[in-house]
Amino acid sequence: MMRVFVNGIGLIAPGLNGWNASAPILTGNTSYVAAPLTIPALEILPPAERRRTPVVVKLAIAASSEALANAAQLAAETASVFTSSGGDGDVIHQICETLTQPGREVSPTRFHNSVHNAPAGYWGIATVAREPSTSLCAFDASFAAGLIEAATQVSVGGRKVLLVAYDAPYPEPLNGVRRISAGFGIAMLLSPQQTAQSLSSLDISLVSNALAITKLAQPELEIFRAHVPAARALPLLASIAKRENATVITNYLGENSLQTLVTPC
Amino acid sequence: MQPLVIRSYTSTNCLGIGRDALYKALRDRRSGLTHCAFETVDLDTYIGQIPDAELAPLRDDLNDYECRNNRLAQLALRQDGFEAAVASLRQRYGAARIGVFLGTSTAGILQTELAYRRRDPVTGTLPADFRYEQTHNGFSPARFVQHYLGLTGPAIVVSTACSSSAKVFGNAQRMIAAGLCDAAIVGGIDSLCLTALYGFNSLQLLSKFPCRPFDVERDGISIGEGAGFALLEKTDASFDRTQLALLGVGESTDAYHMSTPHPEGLGARLAMQAALSQAGLGISDIGYINMHGTATRSNDSTEALAVKMVFGESIAASSTKGWTGHLLGAAGIVEAIISFIAIEENFLPGSLNTQTIDPSVEIQYLKDNRQVSVQRVLSNSFGFGGTNCSLIVGRAQ
Repeated sequence: MMRVFVNGIGLIAPGLNGWNASAPILTGNTSYVAAPLTIPALEILPPAERRRTPVVVKLAIAASSEALANAAQLAAETASVFTSSGGDGDVIHQICETLTQPGREVSPTRFHNSVHNAPAGYWGIATVAREPSTSLCAFDASFAAGLIEAATQVSVGGRKVLLVAYDAPYPEPLNGVRRISAGFGIAMLLSPQQTAQSLSSLDISLVSNALAITKLAQPELEIFRAHVPAARALPLLASIAKRENATVITNYLGENSLQTLVTPC
Repeated sequence: MQPLVIRSYTSTNCLGIGRDALYKALRDRRSGLTHCAFETVDLDTYIGQIPDAELAPLRDDLNDYECRNNRLAQLALRQDGFEAAVASLRQRYGAARIGVFLGTSTAGILQTELAYRRRDPVTGTLPADFRYEQTHNGFSPARFVQHYLGLTGPAIVVSTACSSSAKVFGNAQRMIAAGLCDAAIVGGIDSLCLTALYGFNSLQLLSKFPCRPFDVERDGISIGEGAGFALLEKTDASFDRTQLALLGVGESTDAYHMSTPHPEGLGARLAMQAALSQAGLGISDIGYINMHGTATRSNDSTEALAVKMVFGESIAASSTKGWTGHLLGAAGIVEAIISFIAIEENFLPGSLNTQTIDPSVEIQYLKDNRQVSVQRVLSNSFGFGGTNCSLIVGRAQ
């Protein structure tokens, strides 16, 4: 079992505009109202870059910025774990289309944006964060894989770690073979010690699939959980928002699930 | 960090299939780079290709994973007794207690590139036989390897461009230290694809010649394909400290530019220093550095500067990309394996294709092979997005 403290959360998704606005929705005190995805202006990016920045990069940076602000933590002093079920579908689509055309003139910017660690790269540059950073992929299990990796860094390395999970819908024809229903960015600042900002402690372990996956009470949110890999974080965030003692089961891979005991601080 | 012993390892790339073919090509100074004739690619460049005929169809029960990338993984897994070594640890610890932590940059994206040529002319949809999850998705190599080896424990793909399959050694360290597994398969696979070839071409980073690391006239990379795996096992205080082991991993971020390294090699220095610190070693404990050495103008000059600033001018170092080309997401594991061979065979590979060492390189950069005993090797892997990883492997004493 690994124990970590959640010191700050960031959340950007359709109708979920930041942690402070979303927490009452996750607790059930406020109704969820469907709305288009709205990503706040990213002050940390140079103005010239903001408009052309890929949506997955914006989601990751917006969620990360909010989590660190809520945790009163400096990015430059924080290791990071980025995780996504497949990265930037737009850029892959554009490159694959270009490769079917005469000349195959791939854009150099698109090519360097096509690496799975592009959001981590932009984040590092924008915040001058030179601490270790990794970028993971575990298809539908990417959030759980990221949480395990971040928790091992916190518990083994004794360092604070930013975990950020993000996904965005793919354009056609990729959408026909891999449907992600909404853009999501979720970030958590995890710490080995309790601080004044700590919201909850999490005791995380791998368990067999015998336990039922924790779902969400609100049908609109449960649809996100079922169809956006990053949104598999929502039951955990809901338990933190409710400030309750809870056991959250998140599906991971094959015979394994993740069991998280949530204890409010 | 407690060392992890290396129970088995294997590598397949353009130098040949399996560990001994790799060592023989290094010793014979035979490059695996050939002029590009891959698929329909019309670029004037050299590549490190594995002959198509060697890439046998996948095992019958794994048909859904069918693609060049997984064929390459399967070919590599079948060499050097690797499967038997995994089976032995699976027997000891159980299938759920062995992790699979792999690196790739592009996985089986070639399958998607080919599928885009076969889109329905009316609807634009991709062909029905295209399997995104099992071929293109970044996680596909790990799922394939888990299924192939009958493992059910934790699995992750790290995709941090060209540092991917070095960083997975760190995942194994942490997973084992946290008690989530007892052993781990680390490795990486990247296979030739048009995205990488035309993408690096667009950045004007492809050489028209077999790449010439650290040469004064170096002008870019040669892309290669390859796979490598290592089986790591936990140790206790009583382990045999003369065994080959993973001793340290250092990771850092440049925070400078998406596709150009920090001009003073700051991130590279931080990674090397972190690896030494984690291993509890000093600079005199390292006998050789296998450099990232891609043969681009900027990588080699900044890496040489970073190595000099950390290790001084007398450290022996070279890049082996003149043999293999740049294996991208598989570079870290294959160069870790070259480091294992260096220690086991008392053999330091001198840089291939390098005629005149860039005079700005102020370290003992090896042009010729050397037969000399080394106990510990540091291997560098850096990638786009400013991601850096240094591994230290060898004998704890």
